Amino acid sequence: MKHLLNSFMLVALLGFAGFAIADPETAVAAVTPTVNKGDTAWMIMATVLVILMVIPGLALFYGGMVRAKNMLSVLMQVFVIFSMMAILWAIYGYSIAFTEGNAFFGGFSKLFLFGITPDSLAATFSKGVAIPEYIYVAFQLTFAGITPALIIGAFAERVKFSAILVFMLIWFTFAYLPIAHMVWYWAGPDAYTDAKTGEAAAATAGFLFQKGALDFAGGTVVHINAGIAGLIGCLMVGKRIGFQKESLAPHSVTLTMVGASLLWVGWFGFNVGSNLEANGLSALVFVNTLLASAAATLAWSGAEWIIRGKPSMLGGASGAIAGLVAITPACGWSGPMGAICLGIVAGAACFGAVTSLKSLLGYDDSLDAFGVHGIGGIIGALGTAVVASPALGGTGVWDYVANGVGEYSMSTQFISQLWGVAVSIIWSGTVSFIAFKFVDIMIGLRVSEESEREGLDISEHGETAYHI
Amino acid sequence: MKLITAIVKPFKLDDVREALSDMGVSGVTVTEVKGFGRQKGHTELYRGAEYVVDFLPKAKVEVAVADQLLNQAVAAITKAANTGKIGDGKIFVTNLEQVVRIRTGETGDEAL
Repeated sequence: MKHLLNSFMLVALLGFAGFAIADPETAVAAVTPTVNKGDTAWMIMATVLVILMVIPGLALFYGGMVRAKNMLSVLMQVFVIFSMMAILWAIYGYSIAFTEGNAFFGGFSKLFLFGITPDSLAATFSKGVAIPEYIYVAFQLTFAGITPALIIGAFAERVKFSAILVFMLIWFTFAYLPIAHMVWYWAGPDAYTDAKTGEAAAATAGFLFQKGALDFAGGTVVHINAGIAGLIGCLMVGKRIGFQKESLAPHSVTLTMVGASLLWVGWFGFNVGSNLEANGLSALVFVNTLLASAAATLAWSGAEWIIRGKPSMLGGASGAIAGLVAITPACGWSGPMGAICLGIVAGAACFGAVTSLKSLLGYDDSLDAFGVHGIGGIIGALGTAVVASPALGGTGVWDYVANGVGEYSMSTQFISQLWGVAVSIIWSGTVSFIAFKFVDIMIGLRVSEESEREGLDISEHGETAYHI
Repeated sequence: MKLITAIVKPFKLDDVREALSDMGVSGVTVTEVKGFGRQKGHTELYRGAEYVVDFLPKAKVEVAVADQLLNQAVAAITKAANTGKIGDGKIFVTNLEQVVRIRTGETGDEAL
């Protein structure tokens, strides 16, 4: 019973992904959903901002951290992965993630975006308010595009371009899509008219949605998911030649700062856009995103200053990203002060993870995809249960049946969050392991030692980043 | 004729060039170089990975002078490049057997 109640509450603000195409029956039963031009315009902007996060934001953030001889390989990997995911998303990704199926996979009714027209609607988180489904498809596409691109940071500078593309195809299909479906798929708020219809609607939602796991903009789906895949990847690929012996220093922290800043700006599209509307809650999400990243920048820089003697630019940029990662799942439920606390914890913890944990365990996560996205994602997902509490300035969780904020139990919510974290880790970890194994057997993961020494720019792409 | 090779701090390069042209030296060759001396290198820290940078950037100034100008030139460089701190650099003097101006074919002191 408790469980059920919980799934109702959670249905509420539950993650951005929510959406749901207005199904004709409910649309008639409830109010006919209206489309607001302001919402639509904002979602178009938000989608553009997320594209900016990937290209060039993430590409430069990562690219600056590799050696000059591998710069183009990183830019190219991000660029092509994003393009490939866009096409896969239109062919089958959207359908599997965001149509009704079972609790783990959606259906095939919208393969090739079948049946979607300029008049098709996608639900938001407010009853009776919808956005054009095409912009929802595009917005979600950008999330599917950035997540696989995050993974490459873990094994940059040593993996074949072909191996990366095949891995991403498998991982996208069997890890990203089902986890997105599990966390974000629901029937939309209009399906929750009374307890009975609410119960029926809740039963069609994704597995983790039903468990009550809150993930506003992708802490589990994007960051834990990618972070774990990265960790498995760098363990299976092995260390770079010269790891801890030669200098593998970033070739341009300047470009990394530029990339981090573009990520930061783009993240407002990512988080605020996840509200699917331009309203007061969107403004709260904006403030939370801003404060958490600023707090995490200060926390990482401060920790580095105290422990290592000097606050570095790379540390400052890393801190901002860690804070953005951590606030991502929480940004629609936290209050501003909760966001600051979450940012401080994430900044300090991720600093510890990339400077101490990594050397302690001896894996070569080149650009800290796991250290920042994995650890930051886990802190954010679990922290959501704390900062969402109305007692601590959070918004609590909306109950779409009662049309009000439901009762909030931090411990119950924490268990739900644990479900989200554990399922993401196990699912993504398992799929990643199998996919890397498969690619290794089929085409081999690593480039030859000679190619690695020469640099992937020349050996894989036949060009040089800088002619000075 | 002597060849003076001076390794100096890069930011002192302009002062050195000025001092040499003030005393009538009509040309120098400059190269950006790296090396280490008593100054040693420094360490850089990237997300906890520590790298020792052994070689520091310096400017190498090469100037050929007539024997009678040697002491004056060395003194000018020493004065111009001096900061009093470790890492100011060094001056090497070697004998120069022949100098040829390519355009005219002049040799020896004429070519300087």
